[in-house]
Amino acid sequence: MRIALLSDIHGNLQALQSCLDHARANGATRFVFLGDFVGYGADPNGVIDVVAEYVAQGAIAVRGNHDEAIYGKASYMNELAMSSIDYAKQVLTPSQTLFLRNLPMIVRERTCCFVHASAASPEKYPYIDSPTAARRCAEASELPHTFCGHVHEQRLYFAAQGPQMALFQPTPGIAVPVPAHRRWVALIGSVGQPRDRNPQAAYAIFDREKLAITFCRVPYDHHAAAARIREVGLPGSIAYRVESGI
Amino acid sequence: MNFLASLAPGSGIDGFRVLGRLHAGGTAHLFRVEVIAGPGPGFPLVMKVPRVGHDQPTESILGYETEAMILPALHGTHVPRFFAAGDLAHVPHLTMEWVQGIGLAAIAATAPLPEGRVAALGAALADAVHALHQQNVIHHDLKPDNVIIRDDGTAVLLDFGFAHHAHFPDFLAEEKRFASGSAPYVSPEQLTGSREDPRSDIFALGAVLYELATGELPFGVPDTLNAMKNRLWASPAPPRALVSAIPPWLQEVILRCLEPDPGTRYQSAAHVAVDLRNPEQVLLTPRATRTERAGFMTQFGLWWRSRHDRRSLRKKPQVLVSQSPVIMVAVDTSHPDDERHPALQWTARQLASLNLDFRLICVSAIRAASVGETGGVADTSSGLQLVHKVRLRNWIEPLRLPAHRVSLHVLESGDPAGTLLEFAKNNNVDLIVLGAPAPNETALAWWRSAASTVTANAHCSVHVVRVPSRSRDDWKSSGDPLV
Repeated sequence: MRIALLSDIHGNLQALQSCLDHARANGATRFVFLGDFVGYGADPNGVIDVVAEYVAQGAIAVRGNHDEAIYGKASYMNELAMSSIDYAKQVLTPSQTLFLRNLPMIVRERTCCFVHASAASPEKYPYIDSPTAARRCAEASELPHTFCGHVHEQRLYFAAQGPQMALFQPTPGIAVPVPAHRRWVALIGSVGQPRDRNPQAAYAIFDREKLAITFCRVPYDHHAAAARIREVGLPGSIAYRVESGI
Repeated sequence: MNFLASLAPGSGIDGFRVLGRLHAGGTAHLFRVEVIAGPGPGFPLVMKVPRVGHDQPTESILGYETEAMILPALHGTHVPRFFAAGDLAHVPHLTMEWVQGIGLAAIAATAPLPEGRVAALGAALADAVHALHQQNVIHHDLKPDNVIIRDDGTAVLLDFGFAHHAHFPDFLAEEKRFASGSAPYVSPEQLTGSREDPRSDIFALGAVLYELATGELPFGVPDTLNAMKNRLWASPAPPRALVSAIPPWLQEVILRCLEPDPGTRYQSAAHVAVDLRNPEQVLLTPRATRTERAGFMTQFGLWWRSRHDRRSLRKKPQVLVSQSPVIMVAVDTSHPDDERHPALQWTARQLASLNLDFRLICVSAIRAASVGETGGVADTSSGLQLVHKVRLRNWIEPLRLPAHRVSLHVLESGDPAGTLLEFAKNNNVDLIVLGAPAPNETALAWWRSAASTVTANAHCSVHVVRVPSRSRDDWKSSGDPLV
């Protein structure tokens, strides 16, 4: 079974649709959404409706810090993020907000652990920005394969010497074997707001039988997504970030 | 270990029946096996079972993991076909094609071998190494023990336990203690911990060539890391000092592979193969005629310099294989006045200027000589060869390319397209350049032309050069087509 892993969609409906099409064309039959459905982008409603539809058909979705900011306390956020949260609060319906409120923090299934930021204190949304942070995540996950979003870049950490983890920079489109006797922490990148100077949407596919992960980049009409952001009156700098992948 | 002891002939393991033990090694055992139920793969199988357990070195399990990751990703005739892998936690094994042939180690045991045999074996091995590099994999443990020569002369590489795949995580890179191959063949940069340089395999290839040509190992069999480090700066005793029958060109090839600085070696195994197959084209440098090791002061100087250069050995190299192409140009020397020649020359010059480290193979496919047809020099096969070789030399001369980058070949055949295709494949050609059918051949359908047959069936890219119909005269009138 091929599992599509999508994270940090951030209200970018164009990018989400392109990634879902790409995943289905590449044989994905199960879908896991790793949080941050809202914030930054122009279409939080559309994104939540699509995700809720998938969840109704058995997909997994977990909560991100931007989702929590809609109904609860906002963890530290910059002005740009806050302005888009205010926008989402205005446009979301009560049932859409309820969908976000009911999302689990972390889900474990077979060899896999799915969480937005890190399996170590997921409610504090720490960034996995070092081998040590990845090690903390892998130890808390207690499973071989942990999948996270939150950092908006594609990375693969693996247990190297004993518990120590090492960083591997994956090449998009290449299936990387991830045997289950080692621990792996895969950061799958952001669908709606990549930050590696490449505007293409990022997600990943995990093949549960072959035990291999493929990091994917999907070109989509990012100018249209940016135009929508300007159209609804969100700050132009958010649109610029979507256009430039920063 | 109990698990290994249980693998007696006739016993079953993970869906396979054990037929017998082939080899008991330090890190793994090899068994002949067959599939118990259902159809097999259609080729004989060998099962490699790693020695794992608390009493075994970490090395054997890392090697197994690395090979289990890389072997299934490989394809082609130069590697054993992967069939199945066991679960590391329960039944660790790798089951693959049992390659039929003779081990290069058995051949090396009879060294020194004659020049022609060294060149043929070396070219076959270089082909295999190049095929691996094209798949983004570095072997890191090339030695006669890990090479099988099939009956048809092709080489097959075994044991990917030290290998590095450019697109996969490298477990060995994290375990600095073990990141080297076999002491006599390991490259200087491997000693400094680099695992990302394909030119490491060129060094090992040079060590194997040295062994085949002389019966000796270039740096002996060092038993400590410190003893291995002299290869960071020293060049070995010249092969001709050991076996005087070795020709200068072969010494040149061997010593160039063994240069301590990867930048001074061949940059691509395909180029080693080209040189081994075309001795007359090898550029001879002072390396070729050296008869003794460098003097004390020179060696001291090299050692002193290498102390400062070691950091450069650790640098990640650029993508080298794709920047060191073998380009084949098909030149129709039977029609020296053909208007397509200037356009072909222009293209060849453009391609050469785009690539720093290229090999250009100029080929003329001519009809086999029918004796007594015309009389004169071209009346015999060798005479005909000479006539066309001279025309080829005249064709390439205006491009003023360094002689060692160019080789000229006249191929006699009744099937030019088939001959060109086979020649290109055998020489690891990356790009074939040839002319489109001439205007006076328009009666011939495109799909029946040699150009279309080559384009349709080539193993690599094909550049079809056409003289633009309107500006056809420009090529001729402007003398130098580049201006």
